[in-house]
Amino acid sequence: MHVVILGNGIAGITAARFIRKLSDHDITVISAETDHFFSRTALMYIYMGHMRYEDTKPYEDWFWDKNRIKLLNAYIERIDFDAKTLFGSQGEELVYDKLLLATGSAPNKFGWPGQNLKGVSGLYSYQDLQNMEHFSEGLQRAVIVGGGLIGMEMAEMFHSRHIPVTFLVREDSYWNMVLPPEESAMANRHILENGIGLRLSTELKEIVDDGQGRACAVITNTGERIECGYVGLTAGVHPNIGFLKGTSLETGRGILANEYLETNIPDVYAAGDCVQLREPQPGRRPIEAVWYTGRMAGETAAYNICGHQVPYDPGIWFNSAKFIDIEYQVYGDLQAQPPENHVSIYWEHPDGRKSIRLVYDREEGHVLGFNLMGVRYRHEVCEKWIREKAHIEAVLQDLGIANFDPEFYKEYDDEVVRLYNQQSGRNLQLKKRRGLAGALRFLRNPLSA
Amino acid sequence: MEFLQKTGLGLFIIALLLFTATLGLDNYRLTEESLTQAIGNPYHLEEMIAVAREQGQLGKEYGSSFEFGAAFKELLKAAQESLNQKAKDGLPEGVSQWDYKMGGWLFKDYTFVATKKSSAGPVSGNPLFFFFLTIGLAILGGVLFILPKFLAIPGIKHNQIYHNPMTRGLKLGWRSFFLGATMIGLLLYGVYYMNDSYFWPAVTALVALFISALVLFYQNQAKRTPARSASPQVTGWLGMLAGAYLIGFYILLYWVPQHITGWILMVDPVSRALNGGEASQWFLYGLLYTLVILVMGVRMLTKYMHNRYQIVRTFSVMFFQVAFAFLIPEILVRLNLPSMDLKNIWPLNYTFFFDWNINKLISSGALGIFMLVWGIVLVIVAVPVITYFFGKRWYCSWVCGCGGLAETLGDPYRQLSDKSLRAWHYERWIIHGVLAFAVVMTGMTLYTYFSGEKTVLSFNSNTVRTWYGFIIGSAFAGVVGTGFYPLMGNRVWCRFGCPLAAYLGLVQRFKSRFRITTNGGQCISCGNCSTYCEMGIDVRWYAQRGQDVVRASCVGCGVCAAVCPRGVLRLENSSMDVKERTEVVRVLHVSREGVKLRD
Repeated sequence: MHVVILGNGIAGITAARFIRKLSDHDITVISAETDHFFSRTALMYIYMGHMRYEDTKPYEDWFWDKNRIKLLNAYIERIDFDAKTLFGSQGEELVYDKLLLATGSAPNKFGWPGQNLKGVSGLYSYQDLQNMEHFSEGLQRAVIVGGGLIGMEMAEMFHSRHIPVTFLVREDSYWNMVLPPEESAMANRHILENGIGLRLSTELKEIVDDGQGRACAVITNTGERIECGYVGLTAGVHPNIGFLKGTSLETGRGILANEYLETNIPDVYAAGDCVQLREPQPGRRPIEAVWYTGRMAGETAAYNICGHQVPYDPGIWFNSAKFIDIEYQVYGDLQAQPPENHVSIYWEHPDGRKSIRLVYDREEGHVLGFNLMGVRYRHEVCEKWIREKAHIEAVLQDLGIANFDPEFYKEYDDEVVRLYNQQSGRNLQLKKRRGLAGALRFLRNPLSA
Repeated sequence: MEFLQKTGLGLFIIALLLFTATLGLDNYRLTEESLTQAIGNPYHLEEMIAVAREQGQLGKEYGSSFEFGAAFKELLKAAQESLNQKAKDGLPEGVSQWDYKMGGWLFKDYTFVATKKSSAGPVSGNPLFFFFLTIGLAILGGVLFILPKFLAIPGIKHNQIYHNPMTRGLKLGWRSFFLGATMIGLLLYGVYYMNDSYFWPAVTALVALFISALVLFYQNQAKRTPARSASPQVTGWLGMLAGAYLIGFYILLYWVPQHITGWILMVDPVSRALNGGEASQWFLYGLLYTLVILVMGVRMLTKYMHNRYQIVRTFSVMFFQVAFAFLIPEILVRLNLPSMDLKNIWPLNYTFFFDWNINKLISSGALGIFMLVWGIVLVIVAVPVITYFFGKRWYCSWVCGCGGLAETLGDPYRQLSDKSLRAWHYERWIIHGVLAFAVVMTGMTLYTYFSGEKTVLSFNSNTVRTWYGFIIGSAFAGVVGTGFYPLMGNRVWCRFGCPLAAYLGLVQRFKSRFRITTNGGQCISCGNCSTYCEMGIDVRWYAQRGQDVVRASCVGCGVCAAVCPRGVLRLENSSMDVKERTEVVRVLHVSREGVKLRD
């Protein structure tokens, strides 16, 4: 059987690897972006000079040959689902028995005047990075539009090269549709202390043409004109499925797929950013353009393609990012505008660059989520507490086993407990300190409380 | 702030240029006095003075150590010849011919001291002035450059490391050139070093070819070409320059120290103050080594001011270098006691079981016996026990001098280590080969020590030791080990050559609680951990599948955990569940009863 995978990002490549583990099928992975799989999340580090492109490849080039995964650099323009054939821009034709669509995302453009000028780009693909590199030569100022994770990355990238940056954020605080107010404020402060020109409650109105087809300035909704040589569009992404529109494949904003990641066409599957789940799990969005879900979906698709029916189960939500020098981790249900039953304990370090937030249920008292800034917590431990609905007081007393900061780092877990005691009038003690053995014992055993 | 840094950099460059220039400032004039200081043997001295007078060399001035050295070599040869002639005619009463004749092995020492004592000029006239003008100024420049970094916002500082011609590494071709040229050069020099004996250099060349053939055969068999080895596109010309400078420094230091007497003269006053005697090239080396670790240690503290593991560890390597490697041995010399670096463990300290060392320790009273027992206990008790609890990091990145230099001076180059599977194959063959060589060499030494014989299976134990000292002790550990920092990363010796690291690594791999754990599914495969692993471990390979890392080579520097942008890695001292957590594939989120992976 010939399995063709369209897209060599994390979803497509994870699927290819697991199909190989599960079967002897012929596997072809097609991409027009790069010959080999690289870590998209590491693009910023190439620009910042932390790594070379070579270093972002998780597998050495011989890996694909050894695992009989055929890589094809081609741009697929059309798919004939009836004939099970893909057509490339160079006249290539490729017949598949099963097809996995893992085409990823494309940056959003909201019809701004000048959005297609030279020097205007998102940051998604390797080509976007090359473009950014090209326009960085002699760049006097960059403007970034859109206050999300990619916008923050782009700001850090330019900042690392001492290129002045103006960061336009539509909301009145950075990423506050995801981050609770205190964490969002911390991010604002950190952006400003790095000397990045953060403009909150500011939207892009127009990108100005310099007369040569290149961006030379932006005009904001307040009428301000900001001279710049590069405009980064980072107002989110959407599924990259333009070439599939108008075919028999059912699409919404993304490719519609069921829990087995099957599309409406037999033998055609979809995974990763390009998928729109018909029935997402409660509390989850139908489109989740995140590295981790892409990896899980790729693995799930591999099982289903190989005839093992496995529903897509992304588990308990988790994510992570880094806001310049502040690491961010989140586990579980953590909302910027929490519903009535969510209560949180929020501890912040006096230096304003570290915080710990625990969210729990007002009535039942079970823990719902963790939000960490500048502090590392163990994924598996937090997940188990959330899945097993551990009571907040049990969690607090054992909080040390979640701590994943390096050795000799100060442990702040007891301060969180003290804060809870102050707020609730209780007198809990932190019983367990940081340590692997304690964490593993906890993970082995069923929950005691 | 930027002004301070630029000033500091400028001062450092000036100091480095001056430092280099001091080697050419003095003139060299042979006198009876300088000969007297260089040559203790009265017959040799008398003959040398006579020959020098006869050839008109006394009082003659030379502008460079090379001209002086050439003339002095002629004198040595003439004196040797003449003494041999005279010995034929009859030796003085009660003098053996071994004392009377001048053996070739004495040339090196005679030349070095005579050159140093014959120096005349600004440097030998004002050693302290030049010490502060060069080494002192370099420290000042370094500190000015480094200290403002404390004002930055704490966090990982690797910006533009791959844009910098000093730290970006070499193209594969250039790297191969440096490797090949250095290896061939060292082997050829080895022939000369072994008095024109080809045997051991040829054996070494054959072993090297054999290992290369094995690794390449394996690679080709699996159709594997290295992908992530050296930098494919970038070439750091400053790095090449720095590498060449360091390589040159080590060659002069180890084998022809008579050409760096200017530097040694400069540190004479420091040496007198510390141990009461004049400086040798080893004092110069020890002092520079310590100063470099201190200054670059402060740089490490600025870089990791947010990371307490790195801070504690950096203080540790600075302390062990200053106290154990430098001050304590110098003070012991001053007290006329046997001197020893008490943290230098066999087989890294390969001379520990040499007859002269054992004899020295045995004949030095209680302290000597203590040192002998201490050294043996370190090897057979401390290494396995401490490594069991903490991994080899307790030594390699906390205590060891080579590790100390790698973690401070070498930190800017850690990203240049080769992460390919091919490099790992080379690593395992070479480092365990060196361990075997060290064990066999020491075994031969002890056998001859206790049996009184000179040879083992017709191999001369003395020759084997000399060759080990040259090719491993000096060439590999020094010339390649440090000279290759800007070319192949800061742990070339520790990763490919150190026999003690091999021994510690075997304990760590098979019997230790130490490991690096991964944090669930948080890895984004970005590759920072692998890139900044100085030992060339592909950490990401493990992290992205949630697999804990147990590797013989890991020195536990903790930088993978520090550079991880997602908080995925942590160094741990617990072997609980290690079998299950180091499985090749850990399915983190997708798993279902009944679905089994193929083996």
